[in-house]
Amino acid sequence: MAQMRLAPGNGSTPDPTSHRGPQDSWLRRNRQTLAPLLFLAPGVIFFLFYVIFPILQSFNLSFYRWDGLGEPQFIGMENYRELLDDRAFEVSLWNNLKWLLLYLLAIPAGLFIALFLNQTVTGIRLYKSLFFFPFVISQVVVGLVFSWFYDPTFGLLNQVLGWVGLGPLNVLGDPTLVTYGIIAAGLWPQTAYCMILYLTGLNAVDPEQVEAARLDGAKGAKMLWYVIIPQLRPATFVAFVVTIIGALRSFDLISIMTNGGPFGSSRVLSFYMFEKALSEYGFRMGYGAAIAVVLFLIMLCFIAYFLWSMYQDDKGGR
Amino acid sequence: MFPKPIQNSSRAWQTTYQALVPVALIMWLLPLIAVAIFSIKPEADFTTGNYWGIPSSFEGASNYGRVFFGSDMPRYLLNSVLITVPTVIGAVALSCMTGFALGVYKFRGNLLLFFMFVAGNFVPFQILMVPVRDLTLDMGLYNTKTGLVLFHIAFQTGFCTLFMRNFIRALPFELIEAARVEGVAEWRIFWFVVLPLMKPAIAALSVLIFTFIWNDYFWAVVLTQGAESQPVTAGITSFNAQYRAAYHLMSAGSIVAALPPVAMFFLMQRHFIAGLTLGAVK
Repeated sequence: MAQMRLAPGNGSTPDPTSHRGPQDSWLRRNRQTLAPLLFLAPGVIFFLFYVIFPILQSFNLSFYRWDGLGEPQFIGMENYRELLDDRAFEVSLWNNLKWLLLYLLAIPAGLFIALFLNQTVTGIRLYKSLFFFPFVISQVVVGLVFSWFYDPTFGLLNQVLGWVGLGPLNVLGDPTLVTYGIIAAGLWPQTAYCMILYLTGLNAVDPEQVEAARLDGAKGAKMLWYVIIPQLRPATFVAFVVTIIGALRSFDLISIMTNGGPFGSSRVLSFYMFEKALSEYGFRMGYGAAIAVVLFLIMLCFIAYFLWSMYQDDKGGR
Repeated sequence: MFPKPIQNSSRAWQTTYQALVPVALIMWLLPLIAVAIFSIKPEADFTTGNYWGIPSSFEGASNYGRVFFGSDMPRYLLNSVLITVPTVIGAVALSCMTGFALGVYKFRGNLLLFFMFVAGNFVPFQILMVPVRDLTLDMGLYNTKTGLVLFHIAFQTGFCTLFMRNFIRALPFELIEAARVEGVAEWRIFWFVVLPLMKPAIAALSVLIFTFIWNDYFWAVVLTQGAESQPVTAGITSFNAQYRAAYHLMSAGSIVAALPPVAMFFLMQRHFIAGLTLGAVK
Protein backbone atom coordinates (compact mmCIF):
# COMPACT_ATOMS: atom_id res chain seq x y z
CA MET A 1 0.00 0.00 0.00
CA ALA A 2 3.05 2.20 0.20
CA GLN A 3 3.00 2.99 -3.49
CA MET A 4 -0.38 4.41 -4.29
CA ARG A 5 -1.18 5.85 -7.65
CA LEU A 6 -2.94 9.15 -7.98
CA ALA A 7 -6.37 8.99 -9.50
CA PRO A 8 -6.24 10.11 -13.13
CA GLY A 9 -8.87 12.71 -12.36
CA ASN A 10 -6.57 14.43 -9.90
CA GLY A 11 -4.07 15.64 -12.43
CA SER A 12 -5.97 18.89 -12.60
CA THR A 13 -5.29 19.71 -8.95
CA PRO A 14 -3.20 22.88 -8.96
CA ASP A 15 0.14 22.34 -7.37
CA PRO A 16 0.14 24.53 -4.27
CA THR A 17 3.68 23.59 -3.31
CA SER A 18 5.49 25.89 -5.72
CA HIS A 19 5.39 28.91 -3.46
CA ARG A 20 5.28 27.19 -0.07
CA GLY A 21 8.02 26.16 2.32
CA PRO A 22 9.57 22.70 1.99
CA GLN A 23 8.11 21.38 5.31
CA ASP A 24 4.47 21.29 4.35
CA SER A 25 5.18 20.61 0.71
CA TRP A 26 5.91 16.93 1.30
CA LEU A 27 2.68 16.57 3.23
CA ARG A 28 0.71 18.37 0.57
CA ARG A 29 2.25 16.52 -2.33
CA ASN A 30 1.54 13.19 -0.72
CA ARG A 31 -1.84 13.87 0.76
CA GLN A 32 -3.52 11.84 -1.96
CA THR A 33 -1.43 8.94 -0.70
CA LEU A 34 -1.67 9.65 3.00
CA ALA A 35 -5.39 10.35 3.18
CA PRO A 36 -6.62 6.86 2.20
CA LEU A 37 -3.96 5.33 4.42
CA LEU A 38 -5.21 7.23 7.45
CA PHE A 39 -8.86 6.66 6.66
CA LEU A 40 -8.29 2.95 6.25
CA ALA A 41 -5.98 2.36 9.19
CA PRO A 42 -8.46 1.97 12.09
CA GLY A 43 -10.90 -0.24 10.21
CA VAL A 44 -8.25 -2.41 8.62
CA ILE A 45 -6.31 -2.88 11.86
CA PHE A 46 -9.48 -3.87 13.72
CA PHE A 47 -10.51 -6.23 10.97
CA LEU A 48 -7.10 -7.88 10.68
CA PHE A 49 -6.87 -8.29 14.43
CA TYR A 50 -10.33 -9.81 15.00
CA VAL A 51 -11.13 -11.52 11.70
CA ILE A 52 -8.18 -12.22 9.40
CA PHE A 53 -5.56 -13.33 11.93
CA PRO A 54 -7.99 -15.56 13.82
CA ILE A 55 -8.70 -17.41 10.56
CA LEU A 56 -4.99 -18.14 10.17
CA GLN A 57 -4.72 -19.08 13.85
CA SER A 58 -7.57 -21.56 13.44
CA PHE A 59 -5.77 -23.17 10.51
CA ASN A 60 -2.66 -23.46 12.62
CA LEU A 61 -4.54 -24.75 15.65
CA SER A 62 -6.10 -27.55 13.62
CA PHE A 63 -2.67 -29.25 13.58
CA TYR A 64 -2.49 -29.31 17.39
CA ARG A 65 -4.07 -31.15 20.26
CA TRP A 66 -5.16 -28.59 22.82
CA ASP A 67 -7.61 -28.54 25.72
CA GLY A 68 -7.60 -24.74 25.95
CA LEU A 69 -5.47 -24.63 29.09
CA GLY A 70 -2.24 -26.58 28.83
CA GLU A 71 0.50 -26.47 26.23
CA PRO A 72 -0.74 -27.21 22.68
CA GLN A 73 0.83 -30.34 21.28
CA PHE A 74 1.66 -30.57 17.56
CA ILE A 75 0.10 -33.66 15.99
CA GLY A 76 0.19 -32.83 12.27
CA MET A 77 -2.76 -34.15 10.26
CA GLU A 78 -3.99 -36.33 13.14
CA ASN A 79 -7.16 -34.26 13.69
CA TYR A 80 -8.11 -34.52 10.04
CA ARG A 81 -7.43 -38.25 9.99
CA GLU A 82 -9.74 -38.61 12.96
CA LEU A 83 -12.48 -36.68 11.11
CA LEU A 84 -12.52 -39.34 8.38
CA ASP A 85 -13.66 -42.02 10.85
CA ASP A 86 -15.96 -39.79 12.86
CA ARG A 87 -19.60 -40.84 12.37
CA ALA A 88 -20.88 -37.64 13.97
CA PHE A 89 -18.82 -35.57 11.53
CA GLU A 90 -20.31 -37.49 8.63
CA VAL A 91 -23.85 -36.93 9.91
CA SER A 92 -23.14 -33.21 10.33
CA LEU A 93 -21.74 -32.96 6.81
CA TRP A 94 -24.83 -34.62 5.32
CA ASN A 95 -27.08 -32.35 7.33
CA ASN A 96 -25.15 -29.34 6.04
CA LEU A 97 -25.85 -30.55 2.52
CA LYS A 98 -29.57 -30.86 3.32
CA TRP A 99 -29.53 -27.35 4.73
CA LEU A 100 -27.81 -25.98 1.64
CA LEU A 101 -30.23 -27.57 -0.82
CA LEU A 102 -33.49 -27.11 1.05
CA TYR A 103 -32.68 -23.59 2.21
CA LEU A 104 -32.61 -22.54 -1.43
CA LEU A 105 -36.37 -23.13 -1.50
CA ALA A 106 -36.59 -19.75 0.22
CA ILE A 107 -35.80 -18.11 -3.12
CA PRO A 108 -38.79 -19.41 -5.17
CA ALA A 109 -41.01 -19.17 -2.09
CA GLY A 110 -39.99 -15.55 -1.58
CA LEU A 111 -40.60 -14.80 -5.25
CA PHE A 112 -44.03 -16.39 -5.03
CA ILE A 113 -45.09 -14.28 -2.04
CA ALA A 114 -43.63 -11.16 -3.64
CA LEU A 115 -45.67 -11.75 -6.80
CA PHE A 116 -48.74 -12.34 -4.67
CA LEU A 117 -48.27 -9.08 -2.79
CA ASN A 118 -47.10 -6.88 -5.67
CA GLN A 119 -50.41 -5.04 -6.04
CA THR A 120 -51.65 -1.61 -5.15
CA VAL A 121 -54.66 -2.15 -2.94
CA THR A 122 -55.40 -0.31 0.28
CA GLY A 123 -53.25 -1.39 3.22
CA ILE A 124 -50.86 -3.44 1.11
CA ARG A 125 -47.85 -1.66 2.58
CA LEU A 126 -48.79 -2.81 6.05
CA TYR A 127 -49.34 -6.34 4.77
CA LYS A 128 -45.91 -6.35 3.18
CA SER A 129 -44.26 -5.26 6.44
CA LEU A 130 -46.18 -7.85 8.42
CA PHE A 131 -45.13 -10.58 6.00
CA PHE A 132 -41.56 -9.45 6.55
CA PHE A 133 -41.95 -9.78 10.31
CA PRO A 134 -40.27 -13.19 10.82
CA PHE A 135 -36.97 -11.88 9.51
CA VAL A 136 -36.76 -9.12 12.08
CA ILE A 137 -37.14 -11.28 15.16
CA SER A 138 -34.12 -13.17 16.41
CA GLN A 139 -33.49 -16.76 15.41
CA VAL A 140 -33.58 -17.65 19.09
CA VAL A 141 -37.20 -16.58 19.28
CA VAL A 142 -37.98 -18.25 15.95
CA GLY A 143 -36.49 -21.43 17.39
CA LEU A 144 -38.59 -21.21 20.54
CA VAL A 145 -41.74 -20.41 18.59
CA PHE A 146 -41.23 -23.39 16.30
CA SER A 147 -40.31 -25.83 19.05
CA TRP A 148 -43.66 -25.02 20.65
CA PHE A 149 -45.33 -25.22 17.26
CA TYR A 150 -43.95 -28.77 16.86
CA ASP A 151 -44.60 -29.84 20.47
CA PRO A 152 -46.21 -33.31 20.47
CA THR A 153 -48.64 -32.61 23.34
CA PHE A 154 -49.94 -29.13 22.65
CA GLY A 155 -48.22 -27.91 19.48
CA LEU A 156 -50.34 -26.27 16.84
CA LEU A 157 -48.97 -28.62 14.18
CA ASN A 158 -50.35 -31.70 15.91
CA GLN A 159 -53.57 -29.89 16.66
CA VAL A 160 -54.06 -29.33 12.93
CA LEU A 161 -52.91 -32.85 12.05
CA GLY A 162 -55.42 -34.14 14.60
CA TRP A 163 -58.29 -32.39 12.82
CA VAL A 164 -57.52 -34.26 9.60
CA GLY A 165 -57.02 -37.53 11.50
CA LEU A 166 -53.23 -37.67 11.37
CA GLY A 167 -50.45 -37.54 13.93
CA PRO A 168 -49.37 -37.09 16.56
CA LEU A 169 -45.98 -36.39 15.10
CA ASN A 170 -42.99 -35.68 17.30
CA VAL A 171 -40.98 -33.79 14.71
CA LEU A 172 -38.09 -32.76 16.95
CA GLY A 173 -37.87 -36.16 18.64
CA ASP A 174 -37.64 -38.16 15.44
CA PRO A 175 -34.08 -38.56 14.07
CA THR A 176 -35.32 -38.81 10.48
CA LEU A 177 -37.54 -35.74 10.64
CA VAL A 178 -35.69 -33.43 12.97
CA THR A 179 -33.36 -31.75 10.46
CA TYR A 180 -36.23 -31.08 8.06
CA GLY A 181 -38.26 -29.62 10.93
CA ILE A 182 -35.48 -27.21 11.83
CA ILE A 183 -34.89 -26.27 8.19
CA ALA A 184 -38.60 -25.46 7.86
CA ALA A 185 -38.27 -23.13 10.85
CA GLY A 186 -35.24 -21.50 9.21
CA LEU A 187 -37.07 -21.11 5.91
CA TRP A 188 -39.67 -18.95 7.59
CA PRO A 189 -37.46 -15.85 8.13
CA GLN A 190 -35.34 -16.58 5.07
CA THR A 191 -38.39 -16.60 2.78
CA ALA A 192 -39.41 -13.27 4.24
CA TYR A 193 -36.00 -11.87 3.37
CA CYS A 194 -36.13 -13.15 -0.22
CA MET A 195 -39.65 -11.75 -0.51
CA ILE A 196 -38.52 -8.25 0.36
CA LEU A 197 -35.61 -8.52 -2.11
CA TYR A 198 -38.00 -9.52 -4.88
CA LEU A 199 -40.57 -6.87 -3.98
CA THR A 200 -37.86 -4.25 -4.44
CA GLY A 201 -36.74 -5.95 -7.64
CA LEU A 202 -40.27 -6.06 -9.04
CA ASN A 203 -40.59 -2.35 -8.39
CA ALA A 204 -37.68 -1.72 -10.71
CA VAL A 205 -38.90 -3.95 -13.56
CA ASP A 206 -39.11 -1.89 -16.74
CA PRO A 207 -42.87 -1.35 -17.40
CA GLU A 208 -42.29 -0.70 -21.11
CA GLN A 209 -40.75 -4.11 -21.61
CA VAL A 210 -43.68 -5.70 -19.80
CA GLU A 211 -46.14 -3.80 -22.00
CA ALA A 212 -44.22 -4.71 -25.15
CA ALA A 213 -44.21 -8.37 -24.16
CA ARG A 214 -47.89 -8.16 -23.36
CA LEU A 215 -48.60 -6.79 -26.85
CA ASP A 216 -46.65 -9.73 -28.23
CA GLY A 217 -49.08 -12.01 -26.44
CA ALA A 218 -46.86 -13.08 -23.55
CA LYS A 219 -48.61 -13.62 -20.24
CA GLY A 220 -48.63 -15.66 -17.07
CA ALA A 221 -45.83 -18.15 -16.62
CA LYS A 222 -44.25 -17.36 -19.99
CA MET A 223 -44.06 -13.67 -19.16
CA LEU A 224 -42.60 -14.48 -15.75
CA TRP A 225 -39.94 -16.80 -17.12
CA TYR A 226 -38.81 -14.87 -20.19
CA VAL A 227 -39.37 -11.24 -19.23
CA ILE A 228 -39.60 -10.80 -15.47
CA ILE A 229 -37.11 -13.26 -14.02
CA PRO A 230 -34.22 -12.12 -16.28
CA GLN A 231 -34.83 -8.57 -15.04
CA LEU A 232 -34.78 -9.80 -11.44
CA ARG A 233 -31.25 -11.18 -11.80
CA PRO A 234 -29.61 -8.79 -9.31
CA ALA A 235 -32.26 -9.62 -6.68
CA THR A 236 -31.82 -13.33 -7.32
CA PHE A 237 -28.06 -12.99 -6.92
CA VAL A 238 -28.37 -11.26 -3.54
CA ALA A 239 -31.02 -13.77 -2.44
CA PHE A 240 -28.70 -16.61 -3.44
CA VAL A 241 -25.76 -15.13 -1.52
CA VAL A 242 -27.65 -14.49 1.70
CA THR A 243 -29.42 -17.86 1.57
CA ILE A 244 -26.20 -19.85 1.10
CA ILE A 245 -24.49 -17.93 3.90
CA GLY A 246 -27.55 -18.38 6.11
CA ALA A 247 -27.66 -22.12 5.46
CA LEU A 248 -24.01 -22.63 6.35
CA ARG A 249 -24.27 -20.37 9.41
CA SER A 250 -27.24 -22.26 10.88
CA PHE A 251 -26.44 -22.59 14.55
CA ASP A 252 -28.96 -20.70 16.67
CA LEU A 253 -31.98 -22.73 15.60
CA ILE A 254 -30.28 -26.08 16.21
CA SER A 255 -28.90 -24.97 19.53
CA ILE A 256 -32.31 -23.72 20.70
CA MET A 257 -34.62 -26.34 19.23
CA THR A 258 -32.78 -29.63 19.77
CA ASN A 259 -29.26 -28.93 20.99
CA GLY A 260 -28.07 -31.27 18.26
CA GLY A 261 -30.35 -34.15 19.30
CA PRO A 262 -31.97 -36.59 19.29
CA PHE A 263 -28.79 -38.72 19.39
CA GLY A 264 -26.86 -36.01 17.55
CA SER A 265 -28.99 -36.45 14.43
CA SER A 266 -29.63 -32.74 13.87
CA ARG A 267 -26.04 -31.56 14.19
CA VAL A 268 -24.43 -29.53 11.43
CA LEU A 269 -20.74 -28.67 11.17
CA SER A 270 -21.09 -25.30 12.86
CA PHE A 271 -22.88 -26.85 15.81
CA TYR A 272 -20.65 -29.92 16.04
CA MET A 273 -17.58 -27.69 16.10
CA PHE A 274 -18.99 -25.68 18.98
CA GLU A 275 -19.87 -28.87 20.83
CA LYS A 276 -16.37 -30.32 20.44
CA ALA A 277 -14.53 -27.14 21.33
CA LEU A 278 -16.62 -25.48 23.99
CA SER A 279 -19.30 -27.58 25.58
CA GLU A 280 -19.44 -30.21 28.29
CA TYR A 281 -18.30 -32.84 25.78
CA GLY A 282 -14.76 -31.70 26.28
CA PHE A 283 -12.56 -28.82 25.30
CA ARG A 284 -10.98 -30.22 22.15
CA MET A 285 -9.94 -26.93 20.58
CA GLY A 286 -7.66 -28.45 17.93
CA TYR A 287 -10.27 -30.92 16.74
CA GLY A 288 -12.91 -28.18 16.74
CA ALA A 289 -10.60 -25.99 14.67
CA ALA A 290 -10.21 -28.82 12.14
CA ILE A 291 -14.01 -29.02 11.78
CA ALA A 292 -14.16 -25.24 11.39
CA VAL A 293 -11.50 -25.41 8.67
CA VAL A 294 -13.62 -27.91 6.72
CA LEU A 295 -16.65 -25.65 7.06
CA PHE A 296 -14.54 -22.67 6.04
CA LEU A 297 -13.28 -24.45 2.92
CA ILE A 298 -16.87 -25.28 1.90
CA MET A 299 -17.80 -21.65 2.39
CA LEU A 300 -14.70 -20.53 0.50
CA CYS A 301 -16.00 -22.11 -2.73
CA PHE A 302 -19.06 -19.90 -2.50
CA ILE A 303 -17.14 -16.82 -1.36
CA ALA A 304 -14.82 -17.20 -4.35
CA TYR A 305 -17.82 -17.36 -6.66
CA PHE A 306 -19.45 -14.28 -5.05
CA LEU A 307 -16.25 -12.28 -5.27
CA TRP A 308 -15.74 -13.30 -8.86
CA SER A 309 -19.27 -12.14 -9.75
CA MET A 310 -18.73 -8.87 -7.91
CA TYR A 311 -15.43 -8.39 -9.71
CA GLN A 312 -17.11 -8.87 -13.10
CA ASP A 313 -19.66 -6.24 -12.11
CA ASP A 314 -17.05 -3.88 -10.79
CA LYS A 315 -15.02 -3.83 -13.97
CA GLY A 316 -17.95 -2.15 -15.66
CA GLY A 317 -18.07 0.60 -13.04
CA ARG A 318 -15.89 3.63 -12.56
CA MET B 1 -46.12 -3.84 -13.69
CA PHE B 2 -46.17 -7.55 -13.10
CA PRO B 3 -48.35 -9.36 -12.21
CA LYS B 4 -51.22 -7.61 -13.94
CA PRO B 5 -52.69 -4.91 -11.69
CA ILE B 6 -55.65 -6.29 -9.80
CA GLN B 7 -57.70 -3.23 -10.75
CA ASN B 8 -57.77 -4.45 -14.37
CA SER B 9 -59.25 -7.83 -13.51
CA SER B 10 -62.76 -9.01 -12.77
CA ARG B 11 -64.72 -7.73 -9.80
CA ALA B 12 -64.97 -11.23 -8.33
CA TRP B 13 -61.20 -11.80 -8.37
CA GLN B 14 -60.63 -8.40 -6.79
CA THR B 15 -62.86 -9.28 -3.85
CA THR B 16 -61.27 -12.71 -3.55
CA TYR B 17 -57.82 -11.14 -3.49
CA GLN B 18 -58.83 -8.64 -0.82
CA ALA B 19 -60.03 -11.52 1.34
CA LEU B 20 -57.11 -13.80 0.50
CA VAL B 21 -54.36 -11.46 1.66
CA PRO B 22 -55.37 -11.28 5.34
CA VAL B 23 -56.01 -15.03 5.44
CA ALA B 24 -52.58 -15.70 3.99
CA LEU B 25 -51.06 -13.31 6.50
CA ILE B 26 -52.67 -15.09 9.44
CA MET B 27 -51.43 -18.44 8.17
CA TRP B 28 -47.96 -16.99 7.68
CA LEU B 29 -47.77 -15.57 11.19
CA LEU B 30 -49.61 -18.44 12.88
CA PRO B 31 -46.67 -19.70 14.97
CA LEU B 32 -46.16 -16.18 16.26
CA ILE B 33 -49.83 -15.58 16.93
CA ALA B 34 -49.89 -18.81 18.92
CA VAL B 35 -47.09 -17.53 21.16
CA ALA B 36 -48.87 -14.20 21.60
CA ILE B 37 -51.99 -16.05 22.74
CA PHE B 38 -49.95 -18.20 25.14
CA SER B 39 -48.43 -15.12 26.68
CA ILE B 40 -51.78 -13.80 27.92
CA LYS B 41 -53.10 -17.08 29.28
CA PRO B 42 -53.18 -17.94 32.99
CA GLU B 43 -51.03 -20.77 34.29
CA ALA B 44 -54.10 -22.85 35.08
CA ASP B 45 -54.93 -23.22 31.39
CA PHE B 46 -51.70 -25.15 30.83
CA THR B 47 -52.22 -27.52 33.75
CA THR B 48 -55.80 -28.28 32.70
CA GLY B 49 -54.78 -28.81 29.07
CA ASN B 50 -56.68 -25.82 27.74
CA TYR B 51 -53.93 -24.95 25.30
CA TRP B 52 -55.90 -23.72 22.35
CA GLY B 53 -59.28 -22.89 23.85
CA ILE B 54 -60.38 -19.44 24.91
CA PRO B 55 -58.21 -18.21 27.80
CA SER B 56 -60.12 -18.78 31.03
CA SER B 57 -58.96 -15.37 32.17
CA PHE B 58 -56.85 -12.58 30.74
CA GLU B 59 -53.49 -12.63 32.50
CA GLY B 60 -51.43 -10.54 30.08
CA ALA B 61 -50.66 -7.85 32.66
CA SER B 62 -49.53 -10.26 35.36
CA ASN B 63 -47.50 -12.44 32.97
CA TYR B 64 -45.64 -9.51 31.47
CA GLY B 65 -45.39 -7.97 34.93
CA ARG B 66 -43.55 -11.01 36.19
CA VAL B 67 -41.20 -10.93 33.21
CA PHE B 68 -40.35 -7.31 33.90
CA PHE B 69 -40.31 -7.26 37.69
CA GLY B 70 -39.77 -10.85 38.78
CA SER B 71 -36.87 -11.95 36.58
CA ASP B 72 -33.50 -10.95 35.20
CA MET B 73 -35.14 -9.88 31.96
CA PRO B 74 -34.73 -6.10 32.40
CA ARG B 75 -31.06 -6.68 33.09
CA TYR B 76 -30.63 -8.70 29.90
CA LEU B 77 -32.48 -6.04 27.95
CA LEU B 78 -30.22 -3.34 29.34
CA ASN B 79 -27.16 -5.46 28.48
CA SER B 80 -28.45 -5.82 24.94
CA VAL B 81 -28.81 -2.07 24.62
CA LEU B 82 -25.34 -1.48 26.05
CA ILE B 83 -23.87 -3.96 23.59
CA THR B 84 -25.88 -2.96 20.54
CA VAL B 85 -25.66 0.83 20.63
CA PRO B 86 -21.85 1.16 20.94
CA THR B 87 -21.43 -1.48 18.24
CA VAL B 88 -23.67 0.45 15.86
CA ILE B 89 -21.77 3.67 16.48
CA GLY B 90 -18.34 2.04 16.23
CA ALA B 91 -19.01 -0.02 13.12
CA VAL B 92 -20.71 2.83 11.26
CA ALA B 93 -17.93 5.29 12.15
CA LEU B 94 -15.14 2.94 11.06
CA SER B 95 -16.89 1.97 7.86
CA CYS B 96 -17.64 5.57 6.87
CA MET B 97 -13.88 6.06 6.77
CA THR B 98 -12.96 2.76 5.10
CA GLY B 99 -15.84 3.12 2.65
CA PHE B 100 -14.68 6.64 1.80
CA ALA B 101 -11.09 5.56 1.28
CA LEU B 102 -12.02 2.57 -0.90
CA GLY B 103 -14.71 4.40 -2.82
CA VAL B 104 -12.89 7.62 -3.64
CA TYR B 105 -9.16 6.89 -3.97
CA LYS B 106 -7.52 4.79 -6.62
CA PHE B 107 -4.46 2.97 -5.43
CA ARG B 108 -2.90 -0.40 -5.88
CA GLY B 109 -4.53 -2.94 -3.61
CA ASN B 110 -7.78 -1.03 -3.34
CA LEU B 111 -9.89 -3.84 -4.75
CA LEU B 112 -7.88 -6.40 -2.80
CA LEU B 113 -8.58 -4.64 0.50
CA PHE B 114 -12.21 -4.27 -0.43
CA PHE B 115 -12.49 -7.98 -1.20
CA MET B 116 -10.79 -8.77 2.10
CA PHE B 117 -13.61 -6.98 3.89
CA VAL B 118 -16.28 -8.65 1.79
CA ALA B 119 -14.82 -12.13 2.13
CA GLY B 120 -14.25 -11.70 5.87
CA ASN B 121 -17.87 -10.78 6.26
CA PHE B 122 -18.94 -14.12 4.77
CA VAL B 123 -16.74 -16.50 6.77
CA PRO B 124 -18.36 -18.96 9.17
CA PHE B 125 -18.19 -17.76 12.78
CA GLN B 126 -16.71 -21.07 13.90
CA ILE B 127 -13.38 -20.44 12.19
CA LEU B 128 -13.00 -17.36 14.39
CA MET B 129 -14.41 -18.82 17.56
CA VAL B 130 -11.44 -20.36 19.38
CA PRO B 131 -8.88 -17.61 18.58
CA VAL B 132 -11.32 -14.77 19.32
CA ARG B 133 -12.31 -16.37 22.60
CA ASP B 134 -8.64 -16.72 23.51
CA LEU B 135 -7.92 -13.17 22.50
CA THR B 136 -10.78 -11.91 24.62
CA LEU B 137 -9.62 -14.00 27.58
CA ASP B 138 -6.06 -12.72 27.21
CA MET B 139 -7.23 -9.12 27.20
CA GLY B 140 -9.22 -9.78 30.37
CA LEU B 141 -12.46 -8.98 28.55
CA TYR B 142 -14.10 -12.39 28.72
CA ASN B 143 -17.63 -12.12 30.09
CA THR B 144 -17.69 -8.35 29.66
CA LYS B 145 -19.83 -6.28 27.36
CA THR B 146 -16.71 -4.49 26.09
CA GLY B 147 -15.23 -7.73 24.81
CA LEU B 148 -18.39 -8.48 22.87
CA VAL B 149 -18.67 -4.93 21.53
CA LEU B 150 -15.07 -4.84 20.27
CA PHE B 151 -15.47 -8.05 18.36
CA HIS B 152 -18.84 -7.05 16.92
CA ILE B 153 -17.45 -3.72 15.71
CA ALA B 154 -14.56 -5.43 13.97
CA PHE B 155 -16.70 -8.08 12.33
CA GLN B 156 -19.52 -5.77 11.26
CA THR B 157 -16.98 -3.40 9.70
CA GLY B 158 -16.75 -5.96 6.89
CA PHE B 159 -20.37 -5.71 5.90
CA CYS B 160 -20.56 -1.98 6.58
CA THR B 161 -17.54 -1.29 4.39
CA LEU B 162 -19.12 -3.21 1.52
CA PHE B 163 -22.25 -1.14 1.96
CA MET B 164 -20.58 2.25 2.36
CA ARG B 165 -18.06 1.82 -0.42
CA ASN B 166 -20.77 0.92 -2.93
CA PHE B 167 -22.90 3.82 -1.74
CA ILE B 168 -20.05 6.33 -2.05
CA ARG B 169 -19.20 5.03 -5.51
CA ALA B 170 -22.70 5.90 -6.66
CA LEU B 171 -22.30 9.52 -5.51
CA PRO B 172 -21.43 12.10 -8.18
CA PHE B 173 -17.63 12.09 -8.28
CA GLU B 174 -17.55 15.59 -9.80
CA LEU B 175 -18.37 17.01 -6.37
CA ILE B 176 -15.17 15.62 -4.91
CA GLU B 177 -13.11 16.69 -7.90
CA ALA B 178 -14.50 20.20 -7.72
CA ALA B 179 -13.56 20.41 -4.04
CA ARG B 180 -10.04 19.22 -4.86
CA VAL B 181 -9.64 21.84 -7.54
CA GLU B 182 -10.54 24.40 -4.89
CA GLY B 183 -7.70 22.98 -2.80
CA VAL B 184 -9.90 21.65 0.01
CA ALA B 185 -8.05 19.26 2.32
CA GLU B 186 -8.98 15.59 2.01
CA TRP B 187 -10.37 15.24 5.53
CA ARG B 188 -12.53 18.33 4.92
CA ILE B 189 -13.86 16.77 1.73
CA PHE B 190 -14.75 13.71 3.79
CA TRP B 191 -16.38 15.71 6.58
CA PHE B 192 -18.13 18.50 4.69
CA VAL B 193 -18.79 17.07 1.24
CA VAL B 194 -19.19 13.31 1.46
CA LEU B 195 -20.47 12.70 4.98
CA PRO B 196 -23.62 14.85 4.59
CA LEU B 197 -24.47 12.89 1.45
CA MET B 198 -24.05 9.63 3.32
CA LYS B 199 -26.86 10.29 5.77
CA PRO B 200 -29.30 7.83 4.16
CA ALA B 201 -26.63 5.12 4.12
CA ILE B 202 -25.76 5.79 7.74
CA ALA B 203 -29.41 5.55 8.74
CA ALA B 204 -29.94 2.33 6.81
CA LEU B 205 -26.80 0.72 8.19
CA SER B 206 -27.58 1.75 11.76
CA VAL B 207 -30.97 0.03 11.74
CA LEU B 208 -29.56 -3.07 10.07
CA ILE B 209 -26.62 -3.43 12.42
CA PHE B 210 -28.88 -2.77 15.38
CA THR B 211 -31.04 -5.71 14.36
CA PHE B 212 -28.11 -8.01 13.55
CA ILE B 213 -26.37 -7.37 16.84
CA TRP B 214 -29.51 -7.43 18.95
CA ASN B 215 -30.34 -10.83 17.48
CA ASP B 216 -26.84 -12.26 17.81
CA TYR B 217 -26.78 -15.44 19.86
CA PHE B 218 -23.60 -17.29 18.92
CA TRP B 219 -21.08 -14.71 20.11
CA ALA B 220 -23.10 -13.99 23.22
CA VAL B 221 -22.77 -17.66 24.16
CA VAL B 222 -19.07 -17.83 23.26
CA LEU B 223 -17.90 -14.61 24.91
CA THR B 224 -20.19 -14.13 27.92
CA GLN B 225 -21.88 -16.30 30.49
CA GLY B 226 -23.64 -14.52 33.36
CA ALA B 227 -26.60 -12.20 33.84
CA GLU B 228 -24.18 -9.30 34.36
CA SER B 229 -23.12 -9.23 30.72
CA GLN B 230 -25.30 -11.54 28.63
CA PRO B 231 -27.65 -9.97 26.10
CA VAL B 232 -31.28 -10.94 25.93
CA THR B 233 -30.91 -13.62 23.24
CA ALA B 234 -28.66 -15.64 25.54
CA GLY B 235 -30.59 -14.55 28.62
CA ILE B 236 -33.83 -15.97 27.30
CA THR B 237 -32.41 -19.50 27.55
CA SER B 238 -31.57 -19.06 31.23
CA PHE B 239 -34.94 -17.42 31.68
CA ASN B 240 -36.57 -20.48 30.14
CA ALA B 241 -34.53 -22.82 32.31
CA GLN B 242 -35.78 -20.91 35.35
CA TYR B 243 -39.41 -21.15 34.27
CA ARG B 244 -39.32 -24.60 32.71
CA ALA B 245 -42.78 -25.60 31.46
CA ALA B 246 -44.24 -22.25 32.51
CA TYR B 247 -45.28 -21.59 28.93
CA HIS B 248 -47.20 -18.43 29.70
CA LEU B 249 -44.04 -16.81 31.09
CA MET B 250 -41.70 -18.21 28.46
CA SER B 251 -43.96 -16.87 25.72
CA ALA B 252 -44.17 -13.46 27.34
CA GLY B 253 -40.38 -13.44 27.74
CA SER B 254 -39.84 -14.34 24.10
CA ILE B 255 -42.13 -11.58 22.94
CA VAL B 256 -40.33 -9.03 25.10
CA ALA B 257 -36.97 -10.21 23.74
CA ALA B 258 -38.18 -9.97 20.15
CA LEU B 259 -39.83 -6.58 20.45
CA PRO B 260 -37.00 -4.00 20.22
CA PRO B 261 -35.83 -4.92 16.72
CA VAL B 262 -39.46 -5.17 15.63
CA ALA B 263 -40.10 -1.67 16.92
CA MET B 264 -36.93 -0.49 15.22
CA PHE B 265 -38.09 -2.02 11.95
CA PHE B 266 -41.49 -0.36 12.07
CA LEU B 267 -40.08 3.02 13.02
CA MET B 268 -37.35 3.01 10.40
CA GLN B 269 -38.95 0.80 7.80
CA ARG B 270 -37.85 2.74 4.74
CA HIS B 271 -34.21 2.80 5.80
CA PHE B 272 -34.28 -0.80 6.88
CA ILE B 273 -35.53 -2.03 3.53
CA ALA B 274 -33.22 0.29 1.62
CA GLY B 275 -30.33 -1.27 3.52
CA LEU B 276 -31.39 -4.87 3.08
CA THR B 277 -32.09 -4.60 -0.60
CA LEU B 278 -28.88 -2.80 -1.50
CA GLY B 279 -27.65 -4.43 -4.66
CA ALA B 280 -31.00 -6.09 -5.40
CA VAL B 281 -31.71 -3.42 -8.01
CA LYS B 282 -29.32 -2.20 -10.63
